Amino acid sequence: MASFYQWFHRMGSPRWFYEKSGRWLPWLAAAAFLLIGTGLIWGLVFAPEDARQGNSFRIIYIHVPAAFLALAGYYVMAVAGAIGLIWKMKLADMVMKSAAPLGAALTFVALFTGAVWGKPTWGTYWVWDARITSMLVLLFLYLGVMALQHAYNSLDTAARASALLALVGTVNIPIIYKSVDWWYTLHQPATIKLTGAPSMHPDMFRPLLLMILGFYAFYALVLILNTRAEILHRERRTGWVQSLSE
Amino acid sequence: MPSTANRTNRSAAGQGTGFGAILIRDLLIAFRHRGEMANPLIFFVMVGTLIPLAVGPDPDRLSQLAAGIIWVMALLASLLSIDGLFHSDFEDGSLEQLLVCPKPLWLLVLAKILAHWLVTGLPLTLFSPVLGLMLSLPAKGYGTLVLGLALGTAALSLIGAIGAALTVAIRKGGLLLSLIVMPLYMPVLIFGASSVQQAVQGVSASGTLAILGALLAFSLLLAPFASAGALKVGFNG
Repeated sequence: MASFYQWFHRMGSPRWFYEKSGRWLPWLAAAAFLLIGTGLIWGLVFAPEDARQGNSFRIIYIHVPAAFLALAGYYVMAVAGAIGLIWKMKLADMVMKSAAPLGAALTFVALFTGAVWGKPTWGTYWVWDARITSMLVLLFLYLGVMALQHAYNSLDTAARASALLALVGTVNIPIIYKSVDWWYTLHQPATIKLTGAPSMHPDMFRPLLLMILGFYAFYALVLILNTRAEILHRERRTGWVQSLSE
Repeated sequence: MPSTANRTNRSAAGQGTGFGAILIRDLLIAFRHRGEMANPLIFFVMVGTLIPLAVGPDPDRLSQLAAGIIWVMALLASLLSIDGLFHSDFEDGSLEQLLVCPKPLWLLVLAKILAHWLVTGLPLTLFSPVLGLMLSLPAKGYGTLVLGLALGTAALSLIGAIGAALTVAIRKGGLLLSLIVMPLYMPVLIFGASSVQQAVQGVSASGTLAILGALLAFSLLLAPFASAGALKVGFNG
């Protein structure tokens, strides 16, 4: 336990994190590349065609992992924000700031691929379906955190204000999801039926699992890269950053 | 130990007066600026006039849309007015006094939110039947509309206060406030508008109204603390 606290304490130092994370990067990059590469080739070329949707179902291999990470990313952002609020840890503030645009981008990818998938499947790009609407609200929550982050001049206030907003959003996400779900069942049009993941054939599901794992590795990689850039930017006047460029 | 007993008595009494004093002060300020107080109401009615102009005067179509339109407008009116909740206090320095005051900040914030609801949410609620008439809302919907708006606008004021506190020190924070608060408003809107629609269709809306009440209770529990924390953060700009 004592060593954990020591580790936790060290994590607070941006310099220590910068040096440590440099060694993780090649491994993460290799994992992301291998997993996504294998998953893509397996899913797009070798997985069997869907009986009803034909080849258009293959967009699931981008859509579902992006949606997974979009939601998980919000919690990463909120937890980092909470750590920054409670222990006043600068590194957590930087992770939070880096996680917001990343999560927003993934949410957008999920919405966009969903729209592209919707056209051949439902005959329309946009449907007010419960899951789609919830994803749209999630995008709004991300954009709100980002807008608040940019509105303040002081880095400290920006971090704490957006962390608080992210936490309020975390409390609200289940309520929003439930209410959107309820709203949808109330107004449900009978024509649309989504195919759920559990009923997928294992041959289709295995590459999807690889893609999800690959997206997790990719997310971690990009988050660390963004955080490292943020560290360098904020600490650009310190000796150790200047000595890096020599 | 008469002195300590006296002190505890005084601090207990002091809490109540802190709440009351802020409430009375804010109401007084609002009544001295009656023109400002009417603005959300005028906005509410004006947008109510825009809708038939845009959609067409057909009463059948309007009566279908009425519940949703009134709720969206009430939400927007509440959103426009919540911007001023802490702003004038921030500008004249009295917010600083609230922050250094030894009374629990969340209680003072709650008093300000209550005052805000009394001068915006309550008039909107009382005025909504007139708008219902203009948009030919069916007769069965009025009771639920008023009851739902009373619960809903209070919840909106509470949730909006968090956003208002976070953006208090930001110049031109109004648009930003709308961006960060609107996603949090969505559950209230969903259940509020649905309750009126249920009443219009002749289904009992009591369950939906109960959920609105639950949302109000939940935001009453958390929003004052979150806004108090947000004020401490946002104040430093």
